[in-house]
Amino acid sequence: MNDLLLLVLKRLGFGLLTLLVVSILIFFAVELLPGDVAEAVLGQGATPETVQAMRDQLGLDRPAVVRYLEWLGGAVTGDFGVSAVSGEPVINAIGDRFVNTLFLAAYAAVIAVPFAILLGIVVALLRNSVFDRVANVLTLTSISSPEFFLGYILILYLSVKLPLFPAIASLSSDMSLGELLHRTFLPALTLVLVVTAHMMRMTRAAIINLLASPYIEMARLKGVPPWKVIVRHALPNAWAPIINVVALNLAYLITGVVLVEVVFVYPGIGQALVDAVSKRDFPVVQASSLIFAATFILLNLAADVGAIITNPRLRHPK
Amino acid sequence: MTKKDNDLIRRIAEGAKKGQISRRDFMSYSTAAGMTAAGASSLWATSAHAQDAKRGGTFRWGIHDGNTGDTHDPGTYVTRTMIFLAHTHRSYLTMINGDGSLGPDLADSWEANETASEWTFAINPNASFHSGRKVTANDVVASFNHHRGDDSTSAAKALLSDVEDIVADGDTTVKFILTGGNADLPWLMTDYHFAICPANDDGTIDWQSGDGSGPYKIDSGEFGVQFSLSRHEGWHGEGAYFDKVEMLTLNDPNARQTALVTGDVDAVSQVDVKTMALLQRDPNIQVFNVPSAGAITLPMFCDTAPFDNVDVRNALKLSIDRDEVIEKIMFGAATKGNDFHHSPAQPYWPDDIPQREYDPDQAKSLLKKAGAEGLTVNLSTADSVSAGAVDMAVLYAEHAKAAGITINVVREPNDGYYSDVWLKKPFCLVSWGARPTPDVMYTLAYKADAAWNESHWQNERFNELLLQAKAELDDSLRAEMYREMAMLARNDGGTVIPFFNNFVYGARGNVGTPDNLAASWESDGGRAASRWWFTD
Repeated sequence: MNDLLLLVLKRLGFGLLTLLVVSILIFFAVELLPGDVAEAVLGQGATPETVQAMRDQLGLDRPAVVRYLEWLGGAVTGDFGVSAVSGEPVINAIGDRFVNTLFLAAYAAVIAVPFAILLGIVVALLRNSVFDRVANVLTLTSISSPEFFLGYILILYLSVKLPLFPAIASLSSDMSLGELLHRTFLPALTLVLVVTAHMMRMTRAAIINLLASPYIEMARLKGVPPWKVIVRHALPNAWAPIINVVALNLAYLITGVVLVEVVFVYPGIGQALVDAVSKRDFPVVQASSLIFAATFILLNLAADVGAIITNPRLRHPK
Repeated sequence: MTKKDNDLIRRIAEGAKKGQISRRDFMSYSTAAGMTAAGASSLWATSAHAQDAKRGGTFRWGIHDGNTGDTHDPGTYVTRTMIFLAHTHRSYLTMINGDGSLGPDLADSWEANETASEWTFAINPNASFHSGRKVTANDVVASFNHHRGDDSTSAAKALLSDVEDIVADGDTTVKFILTGGNADLPWLMTDYHFAICPANDDGTIDWQSGDGSGPYKIDSGEFGVQFSLSRHEGWHGEGAYFDKVEMLTLNDPNARQTALVTGDVDAVSQVDVKTMALLQRDPNIQVFNVPSAGAITLPMFCDTAPFDNVDVRNALKLSIDRDEVIEKIMFGAATKGNDFHHSPAQPYWPDDIPQREYDPDQAKSLLKKAGAEGLTVNLSTADSVSAGAVDMAVLYAEHAKAAGITINVVREPNDGYYSDVWLKKPFCLVSWGARPTPDVMYTLAYKADAAWNESHWQNERFNELLLQAKAELDDSLRAEMYREMAMLARNDGGTVIPFFNNFVYGARGNVGTPDNLAASWESDGGRAASRWWFTD
C-alpha cells in the first residue's frame, strides 16, 4: 500500500508542475490576443484618453513578466486576484459557476456511467447480434454528431414538438431539487449521449478481449451460464481500461461542456471562460483554465489508482 | 415652463388617462400650459394608451447580448443587457418617445439661453430612488461628473467634452454650462451612459449597489445570466404595467428563438433575420421590424489614391445595387441608404433628397472622366462586422463588375478588426450603432478633426454648417442646414452607405405594445419592461 501512496504523492507533484506550465501558457496566450482589457471593456467608446486612464488604473503598462509573477505570487498563497473587468474577487466570479458545472456533470455522470457499462456488458453478451449492431450504430452516431447539434435535435423533439422539458435551463436560487432536475434534463441528456459511446465500446472491447482467455474457456466448460461468465469472471479483469475511459469522460463532462452551456443557456464555468476571454479578463481566464487542468490531472490520477486497486498485478511492476 | 404649468400638465395627463379629455382639448390645454406641440402629442400617446393597458404579470425578456464581466458602472456599459437593464432600473434626464420625439424622464422641462450655451433642467420633484430617498439635483451633478475629469474611464467622456461646468441650483434645478452652443444637449441626455445614480457625500456616485430611480428595482441578479426585478411603486413616470420583470441573457440566436417559440420567454430583443419570415408564420408570435439609425458604412480614405478623386468615389457609390443587398443579405430588414449618415429614424431627416440608385453606366462615364477606367480596389471586411458582411462585399464586387470596377474582397481576421483594420485600411466595411441625432453622428465620424473620421473627408462648408447647426435653436433653420450637409456628404463625401439596418425583435402574441415603437434601441428603445403589457 506504501507504493500506492508514494505513487499518488509523486503524481501530485508532477500535477503541480503541470499547473505551473499551464498557467504560463495561458498568460502568454492571453497576452498574444489583439487588444487588451481596457479596449475590450470600453468598446466603441474607447478613446486614447479613456483607454490610457483605464490602463493606468489596472496597471497594464507594466511588463507582462512582472504582471505574471505578481499574479503567481498571489496564486500560491491562494489569492487568485480580482477580475480585471468587474473588480470582484475571482473566487466570487466563478465559484457559483463551477458549482453549477459540477452539478450538471454529476447529473449526467449518474445517468451515463451505469447506463454505458450495463449496455457494454449486454452487447458483449449478445455480441454480433442485431441488438449489438443497433446499439453500436446509435451510440457511435451520437458521439460523432457535434454536441450543439444533438442539443438542437433534443430541443426540437422534447421541447418544441412535445413540450415535455424547457428549452432553456436558466436557474434560480429558490428552485426545488425536482424542478432543478427537470429544468436541466435536456443538457444532461445531451451530455449522456455524447459520452456513452466511448465508455460502452470500451467495456465491450475489454470484455470480449478476455473471452478468448483459457480461464474463461474453463469456466464455460464447467457449465457456467454466459451472463455469469461475463459478470463474475471477465468483468473483474476488465475494470482497469474501463475505469480509465470513465475518468477521461468525467473530465470531459466538466471541461468540454461549453457548447452545451451555450445551447441551453446554462450558467456554467465554460460560459464564464468564454466571456472572460472576449474581455481579455486574464485573472478569470487563468483561474478557470487551472480548474480545468486540475480536473484532468486529478481524474487521471484517480483512474490510475483505481486501475491499480482493481488489478493487484500492477502494484508490482517488473 | 413654470412649476405651476408642470402641475397643470400632470393634471391634464391624469385626465387623459382616465378618458375624461379628448385629444383635441388635451392638445390645446397642454400647449396653453407651455408645452410644445410635439411634446403634448407624445404625452397624449403615452397617457391615452394607459387606458387599454392592463397591470400585472411577470415579463420574461430574453436579451441577445450579455457578459459575465458586466458591471453596474454606467461609464462602462457596453452590452445590450446592461443598457436595457439601465433603462429599467435607472432613469435618464430625458427619453426618446415611441414616435421619435424627445420627452421627459427625470427632467420635467428644460430650456436654453439664446446661444444654447447654457441649459437648465428642472427635476421632477416626485422622483425617488428605490432606497426611498428623493432624486435631487446633486445626484444628477454627481452622475454626470462620473463621466468627466482626467481620471474618468467612462466611454462617454468625449460626449461631454464641451461641458464646462454642471451646477445644482436648489434641489430640483440643474444647469449645464457649455463652452459653445449645443442645441442637441437634451437629446444627448438620452445616451445610455448618462443614467442617474445616487450621489455619495464626497461627490462620487454609488453605482455599485444597483440603486436607481427607474420603474423597476433589482431584487436579485447575476451578470451575464439573469436579473429579477419588481415594480418601484413610487416611480415618477407613466407605465410599468408588469408586476415583475425577469431579464435573461440569451446570447445564442437559436436558444433565443426556441425560448420564444416554446413560451419560455415573453419577448426577445433580437430575432435572426434569416428566420424572421418563418417566425412570422407562427400565430402566437409577433415580429417587430423597426427602422433604426444604425448603419453599415464603407468608408474610403479621401486623401489616398484612387479615392482622392471625387468622381471615383461617386462611381463606387453608383456601383452598388442596394435593393439586392437589402433583399439578399438583410432579408428585407433594412432601410435603403443614400450615402449620407442620417437615418429616417433620427430628427431633422431631409425627406426630399433623391435616392441614389444602381447605375453602372454613369459610374463608367465618371471613371472615364477621372481617367480611372478599369479601376481595381481592395475592400477589407470580416464576418464579425455584421451578419453577412463578407457575403455583402462579394455581392458588391459582382455589382461593380458591370461598371468595369474590380473589387478584391479581403477577408480580415474577426478578432481585433476594429483595432487593426478600421481607420487603417483605405476601404473597409464598418458597422455603426445608432446615435440619437445627426449632430452626434457627424461630429463623431465626419468632422474634419474627429479621431474617428473614418473617410478622412475634409469639406470646409460641411464643417462650417456642422458648427452652426449645433448651436441653432430654430428647428426649421437647423433642418435646412442638415439638408445641405446631407447633400454635401452624398455628393462629395467618401462613404458608401448601402443601408440602415432595422431592429428585428419579437414577443409572444399576448404582449401588448404601443402603436409606435422607439427606434433608439431594440425592444422599444430598451424600455419594453415599462412600456409594454399583457393583454390576457
